[in-house]
Amino acid sequence: MNRKPSLAESIASHLVLVVAVAFALYPVLWVVSLAFSGARPPEARVFPVPHDPTLAHLEAVVLSTKKVGDETIYLFARQALNSILVATATAAAGVLIAIPTSYALARFRFVGKEAGVRSLLATQMFPTVASAIPLYLLLDYLGLLNSRTGLVVCYASTSVPFAIFQLRAVFESIPVDLEEAAMVDGATRFQAFLKVALPAARPAIAVTALFAFMSAYNEFILAATLLGKEEMFTLPVLLQSYIGEYDAQWERFAAGALIVSLPVMALFYVAQRHLVSGLTSGGVKG
Amino acid sequence: MASVKVTGLNKRFGDTHVLKGVSVEVPDGAFAVLVGPSGCGKSTLLRLLAGLEEADEGHIFLGDRDVTRLEPRERDIAMVFQSYALYPHLTVRENLAFGLKLRKTPAAEIDKRLGEASEMLGLGPLLDRYPKALSGGQRQRVAMGRAIVRRAQLFLFDEPLSNLDAALRAQVRVDIRKLHDRLGATSVYVTHDQVEAMTLADVLFVLNKGVVEQAGPPLEIYAHPRTKFVAGFLGSPAMNFLEARLEQRDGQWMAALGRDARGVQVALDAEAFGEELQAGRRVMLGVRPHDVELSQDGSGAALEVSIVEALGVESLAYGTLAGAHFVARLEPTAKVGKGETVRILFRHVHLFDADTGLSLRAPAKKA
Repeated sequence: MNRKPSLAESIASHLVLVVAVAFALYPVLWVVSLAFSGARPPEARVFPVPHDPTLAHLEAVVLSTKKVGDETIYLFARQALNSILVATATAAAGVLIAIPTSYALARFRFVGKEAGVRSLLATQMFPTVASAIPLYLLLDYLGLLNSRTGLVVCYASTSVPFAIFQLRAVFESIPVDLEEAAMVDGATRFQAFLKVALPAARPAIAVTALFAFMSAYNEFILAATLLGKEEMFTLPVLLQSYIGEYDAQWERFAAGALIVSLPVMALFYVAQRHLVSGLTSGGVKG
Repeated sequence: MASVKVTGLNKRFGDTHVLKGVSVEVPDGAFAVLVGPSGCGKSTLLRLLAGLEEADEGHIFLGDRDVTRLEPRERDIAMVFQSYALYPHLTVRENLAFGLKLRKTPAAEIDKRLGEASEMLGLGPLLDRYPKALSGGQRQRVAMGRAIVRRAQLFLFDEPLSNLDAALRAQVRVDIRKLHDRLGATSVYVTHDQVEAMTLADVLFVLNKGVVEQAGPPLEIYAHPRTKFVAGFLGSPAMNFLEARLEQRDGQWMAALGRDARGVQVALDAEAFGEELQAGRRVMLGVRPHDVELSQDGSGAALEVSIVEALGVESLAYGTLAGAHFVARLEPTAKVGKGETVRILFRHVHLFDADTGLSLRAPAKKA
């Protein structure tokens, strides 16, 4: 199977790869080009190369201010903070609630287990838009509109079940022998979970948290529905605000999009070693 | 160290009655082996000893402590799992020290015991590796080491050799026995491998369908199996069984093979079976392949040989005798080819009741 491909095969496969990469990257390159282009309306060109290169759009996005009451706030910094706080809280809530729940689902038998799992699954079948209006009314009633807390609660309603399903499979894949060995070695049931099952699941937990973070960070529909004040916006809502009904500021949109994607890229870079599976291999036979 | 005493143990999983009133006694410092086919309940019994399952009825004593309702960690036992169950996120050193740290053993003591165990098992160069960087044999040794450092009252082994290749298995088997003799720890070892059972055990328990069919020193059980199941389970190749009927002719007790009257007749030693000999009784005649020799004078039973395995040290002739499948062990020099019919004599036979499977041998020899 490890035969070396011939030159023709090699060229062909690389050609396919180049086309695929170009296809995936082309829109991104357009965004990059747009973000650094001078103040001329975008035009249809084949090669996405910036014209009249400038950092003006980046500056305009980052340094935009707004007067709230007496003080002037940096709008972008505030909105970036909103996004990061909301995404972090969503990831933390998702994982912290899902770990004990999924562990119980994976290891214990109890009344109503399967019914519970099924209803949890059922809640995930409705599209976000369908619940946007009810959630709006609910948060209004609770006084949580225009707040990060309200948004986190809504996001967690998706991230928690998702994390539960993910982590249940993970805990089920960890051999129960490991925890039994720990208990024979002198651990309590809880210590066996804490010192053996949890560390063995750590890479998967990191990945689950990353996913929850990213989906909250990127979420737009609920954020746009539930947040009315500019200073409470998350970044996706900010980006959308550049595209008005009569006036689309594509260069700013592009500049904003670039900045907004940086944290996600950084996270992926940091987390990629966790994305490599197989840390549990070797503990038991195989 | 401590003795183990199990009385009237019952365990059900739903509708499945896995252990049916099992009683087992293992003297202090003895190496006990639980052997039986899969599903016989041997692993469940071990897990009950470990405290990983809870007994429905019955009691487990460790020394004079009743541990039946105690958590695993309160029992002071060490266990080697079939899968080894090494903690994947810890190095070998941390794996070994895990139990000691949980019990708040002083660091100096941990170092000392780790040193001893790694010297005993040759783990020195592996201490800073993770389990995934170890071979199967090395993992097995680490699992043993993790049990040894605990200095527990009782060692449990759950088929610890089944994931090793044949050569390594024979090696580790010897090592385990040596280790036991050196440590003198009471051990209970579960296996379905009769070679491990015979070679390791001081005292052997043969389990079948949730009951202990026979207990005792392995050679004693091999020589005097109490039931047809035990007779068939221990020994390789397995004992041959032939349907027969008891008859008495001219004061000599005979077992008439086959269903018709013209079948072969085997003379029986009346003393060995005593009052169990009743004319007309239907029995199973048991003959170990090794208790057979070629007849020189044309007497004996006819074996139609269908295949011969020449193993060098011996030859095994497979064929049919009195309508039943039969294996005979022959001298390697025996000139027997497939398709031939040879006459063989039985040097020693066992008799079992055709219905109950119980041995007819008088229990006099049982010490």
